[in-house]
Amino acid sequence: MAPQPLVVIDNLHKSFGHVEVIKGVSMTVAKGEVACIIGPSGSGKSTLIRCVNALVPFEVGSIKVLGIEVNDPKLDKLKLRKHVGMVFQQYNLFPHRTALQNVMMAPIQVLKRPKKEVEAEAYALLKKVRLEGKEHSYPGELSGGQQQRVAIARSLAMKPDLMLFDEVTAALDPETVGEVLLTIRQLAEEGMTCILVTHEMGFAREVANEVYFTDKGVIVEQGPPSEFFSAPRDPRTKAFLSQIL
Amino acid sequence: MTLGHDLTAWFSHLNETTGVNFTIVYDSYDRARFLNGLWLTLMISGVTIAGSVLVGIVGAWGQMSRLRWVRGIVACYVEFFRNTPPLVQMYFFYFGLSALLPGTRNSLGFEKPLINGFTWACLSLICFAGSFNVEIFRSGIEAIPSATTEAAESLGFTRLQTYVHVILPLALRVCLPALTNNLVNLVKTTTLAYAIAVPELLYVSNQIWSDNENVPEMMLVLFVIYIALVGILVFAMHAWERALRRPGLGT
Amino acid sequence: MSSKFPVILPLGAPLRRQAGGLPTLRLAPWHGVALASIILLSSAAANAATGGPIHASVLAILARWTPLLLRGFGLNILISFLSMAIGTVLGAFLGLGLITPSRPLRGASWAITQFFRNAPWLVLLFFMIFLLPFHIHVGTVTINLPSWLKAVIGLALPVMANVAEIVRGGVRSIHPGQWEAAESLGFTRRQQLWLIILPQSVKRMLPPWMNLYAILTTSTTLASIVGVNEVVSLAGQVLAAEGSKPYLLAPIYAYVLLMFFVYTYPIAWATQRLERRYHVRN
Repeated sequence: MAPQPLVVIDNLHKSFGHVEVIKGVSMTVAKGEVACIIGPSGSGKSTLIRCVNALVPFEVGSIKVLGIEVNDPKLDKLKLRKHVGMVFQQYNLFPHRTALQNVMMAPIQVLKRPKKEVEAEAYALLKKVRLEGKEHSYPGELSGGQQQRVAIARSLAMKPDLMLFDEVTAALDPETVGEVLLTIRQLAEEGMTCILVTHEMGFAREVANEVYFTDKGVIVEQGPPSEFFSAPRDPRTKAFLSQIL
Repeated sequence: MTLGHDLTAWFSHLNETTGVNFTIVYDSYDRARFLNGLWLTLMISGVTIAGSVLVGIVGAWGQMSRLRWVRGIVACYVEFFRNTPPLVQMYFFYFGLSALLPGTRNSLGFEKPLINGFTWACLSLICFAGSFNVEIFRSGIEAIPSATTEAAESLGFTRLQTYVHVILPLALRVCLPALTNNLVNLVKTTTLAYAIAVPELLYVSNQIWSDNENVPEMMLVLFVIYIALVGILVFAMHAWERALRRPGLGT
Repeated sequence: MSSKFPVILPLGAPLRRQAGGLPTLRLAPWHGVALASIILLSSAAANAATGGPIHASVLAILARWTPLLLRGFGLNILISFLSMAIGTVLGAFLGLGLITPSRPLRGASWAITQFFRNAPWLVLLFFMIFLLPFHIHVGTVTINLPSWLKAVIGLALPVMANVAEIVRGGVRSIHPGQWEAAESLGFTRRQQLWLIILPQSVKRMLPPWMNLYAILTTSTTLASIVGVNEVVSLAGQVLAAEGSKPYLLAPIYAYVLLMFFVYTYPIAWATQRLERRYHVRN
């Protein structure tokens, strides 16, 4: 059929104590696809994306990434994380290292690759995200948008098959949002499979292959952007979109 | 009291068979002086906790005074007692100040100091812990927005009424964690009274283990008691904190 | 719930939950000036009062005994150095035990930390003085354990517990996002701790650690109670040697306090500077 599925989420449930945050979510993301998840705060989007990366454990349901079952108690997390990269809203760069060192740290320490190789690749990655010349700056010296692009380069250095973005532009000044979205768009055009949790409707409309609307822990509606934004079916989707757009 | 008898019999037996010697249980003389020492420690702790909190409240009020000399005196007091070792403070009080006071004669005609060691120890510790409390209360008061006090004044409260009904309740809630820390430290510092021969718990235990050569056993008892005392204090303070909690007023 | 008009303002330094839980020693130059003037004023008053045939000026007495008092003060400093060194090393390990994922290890570390934080320092001193032997035999060599060395070990124990708390507080103050980012890059927990979290938190541990040292230095005076010949016991002996004149009490003890001030003021000043720098940055 279509390109093979990279991520298969099946009937996922997640509770924090007595509060059920994800109430049965199922979705499939194919290789090379860009999936955007939108929805009001508290709908479980961030938790969902953290479950995919095994940052948050879950009890009910299954998530398979490249055939690896995330919920497997004997899961080798390192194996999963070599294939999945994640970028956070608060960049989370390591402030005691330069941009270049941030990008180089993981491949050297985790993948045990030789330094020369990693260094060359790191320079190339930083050039790709248009931060040439900032390799030796510390995160404290960079703007929010620049830091976020370093964070993207850092995750790309592990050569993942899947990239997860958790509201990466929400904490940025409007002027710098554009440069980060451009970087993500480039990645998508090069064929990287991406799952984005985002508020940027314009971006979703132009770049996504499939848009998902979550509310109160379930996927209310999903569809390609052409249908989703012009003719939403569910009243909740309509209400949300009319508030945002 | 057969329970008492059983306990004493068990502990004597323990001593005879294993050499683990808890004379404070089975020997009536040691038991009596140990309990007296414990009582004295509890008294010192209670008096100094109450006294230092009072000093803190009054001192924080003094630091808000419009009179410069009042603020100056409180500031000097806080700076001195906060930054000097409490042992030296206790020596100052016991040897220094008592030499300045007139002596009296007791029934046998011997010179007797007007104020005894216990009182000096309490005074010294109250001043020591009080200085930290003044700082803690003052910071609690500073955390109250001026809008709140202005509102109280415009409703007609006098300065004293504002302090008692508005400022103090709010400041207390804010400074309880820091106050708990300070009071715990105070209970531990009561052991310094040893240095001026006040027969509190440590002093008495020293006498007992010197007489009976059972240092490890007495040490164990001491540790258990002090940790229990601190535990009870912390528990009480936390319970108070919970009782005072108001929605939206958390730190 | 943030609002433009909060009901309680941000908390000041004495109330902020400090890593370590000990109050910050805040000294200023005028403290030293005040101490010096206490010495001068009380000496002047004493000289005026005694007037008689034996009018050796109080300042001359102080000057005469200064070498001895300084030697005693040197012992205080030695004790504080060694206690701090031993306590820091042990406390670092204990602190790591407080943050380990292994529950039994964490529980044991917590118990040890609570024990030594809640036990009075004087009782711990007595503990060491009485329980450590006078000599220890290592093979054929006999090492003497003088009381000041036992005092070092006695004081190292609460230092260890406080350092453990400082380590734990420092690690906890690092934003959880750092742990998340490191974990999602594939670092093992050990790598996360040693490569990313600890390098960042060590800087934050410095001010409370330096404050602990200042407090420890003033606490070395406790050793006088257990018979160590440090500056406070020497001051008492000097007082006795001079005939226990009551007017000498204030000058001599103020002199001792001045020594402590001169030593701890630079430490307190540096601690305040560092604290302000880190608080502003955060």
